[in-house]
Amino acid sequence: MNVLEISDLWKSFGDNTVLSGVDLTLAQHEVVVLIGASGSGKSTLLRTINLIERIDDGRIVLSGDDISDPRVDADRVRSRIGVVFQQFNLFPHMKVIDNVTLAARQVHGQDGAAARARGVELLTRFGLGDKVDAYPDRLSGGQQQRVAIVRAILTDPELLLLDEITSALDPMLVGEVLDLVRGLKDAGSTILMATHEMAFARDVADRVVFMHGGRIIESGPPAQIFDAPQRPETQEFLARVTHR
Amino acid sequence: MSNGASQSASDVTHEVSALEIERRQYRQRASRRSVLIAVGSTVAFTVIASLIVVNTPGWEAVKESFFNWEIGRDSFAGILKGLWLNIRALFFAAIGVAIFGTLLAVLRSLRGPVFFPLRAVATIYVDLFRGMPVLIVLYLVGFGIPALDIFPRMDAAVWGTIAIGLCYSAYVAEVLRAGMEAVHPSQRIAARSLGLSHGKTLRLVVIPQGVRKVIPALMNDFVSMQKDVGLISVLGAVDAIRAAQIDVASTYNFTPYVVAALLFVAISVPLTRLTDYVAGRMNMREQIGGTV
Repeated sequence: MNVLEISDLWKSFGDNTVLSGVDLTLAQHEVVVLIGASGSGKSTLLRTINLIERIDDGRIVLSGDDISDPRVDADRVRSRIGVVFQQFNLFPHMKVIDNVTLAARQVHGQDGAAARARGVELLTRFGLGDKVDAYPDRLSGGQQQRVAIVRAILTDPELLLLDEITSALDPMLVGEVLDLVRGLKDAGSTILMATHEMAFARDVADRVVFMHGGRIIESGPPAQIFDAPQRPETQEFLARVTHR
Repeated sequence: MSNGASQSASDVTHEVSALEIERRQYRQRASRRSVLIAVGSTVAFTVIASLIVVNTPGWEAVKESFFNWEIGRDSFAGILKGLWLNIRALFFAAIGVAIFGTLLAVLRSLRGPVFFPLRAVATIYVDLFRGMPVLIVLYLVGFGIPALDIFPRMDAAVWGTIAIGLCYSAYVAEVLRAGMEAVHPSQRIAARSLGLSHGKTLRLVVIPQGVRKVIPALMNDFVSMQKDVGLISVLGAVDAIRAAQIDVASTYNFTPYVVAALLFVAISVPLTRLTDYVAGRMNMREQIGGTV
């Protein structure tokens, strides 16, 4: 069964149509990278999947459940999806360990000690073992973003949504975050991510999806999209971002 | 994945230059001079102000009726005993305000048409109790509610505490609501994205951060409430002010009021300084002011 099936998704803000008939499917363990200019609808697409934005039409199916049905429990759905934001959005009044175990304790009803053990294990694996009891404002941007990723994956979500997670980072710190994402792919996570890191997209993506004006213009394996783009919009976008 | 690039600054030794030493000496001299000026001007001001007051034509009479040492000393124990009632009233009122004020703030911040009645009730409550003079609320609650004959007989101090709590809940609710609204929406989105319900998002993420943002304002309300608990005396509770009033009536001298006033100031000063300290520490943590 596919993890995510989106069909004919529409969304507008007032007169501004942001998504016009998007179709997208993610199989299990698949990593799909969304590329496209700012305003092309990448972030909005991710937000509709997480039920942060209500859609105007279409269907979103998560592992067989129609989550665009207003009768579903939105909190239950969100607890099955991990999200990482551009601006980290860690909770500044909580220690790192409390940030990453919050959902496990408060949503999934896990025992505090077990959640903590899992949190410490993941933080240590991602090089944050000495930051367990620190507050987020003592951490660098790259460290904060790695904590945010741990927070999103601690409860083993079915789908991981990454929204331009390196865009707010110093170029020096981008690598440490992308290394982590590569590790998640190798561990079998299903990931849908929006990014401007084209080299990373080429390296990690199973499929690259180019969005333009709220539509998916072109999609395919990275080699095809980056080396032989078919559509003029794709060619123009790639020419700009890669300075060719 | 380690940050080998950022080397720790503490293992670098640095010898302070002659230029910096000269600047530090200058700053030290300048600050010593400012302290001297401050001390001098304070002393001069105090002396002049005292001389003016002491040389007013009615000073002898005022001194006798407001600053009579014997009367003040004799009334002190009774007023202090009354003050203990004020402190207890403050304690219980503060707990009540913390609970009820938070509830009102949450009700006022509810979204959606389903919650309209709750939101409307909370809004009307806040409008009403922020607008009414505390004294009138005291009369209404202290004399009106017992007259309904549905509650067991309770001490006037209890009704007074309830009245003060009702008023301050309205003020505190508005302060808390402002704090909650100052928490960036991305924090709510992050919490909801983890699957937290609206209620848990408020309780675990929004309220803790909102309260931190308004701690100085809340402490200011607390200091203000600390002196307003003296108003329960109008209901007949024998608190510090009432005790002073009784002594005033029997001695025809106002010194007991001055004693009560000084005692109220004595408990508010530490709180005020604590407020300043907390606000200062928060500013330092923000580190956005630089040295200006």
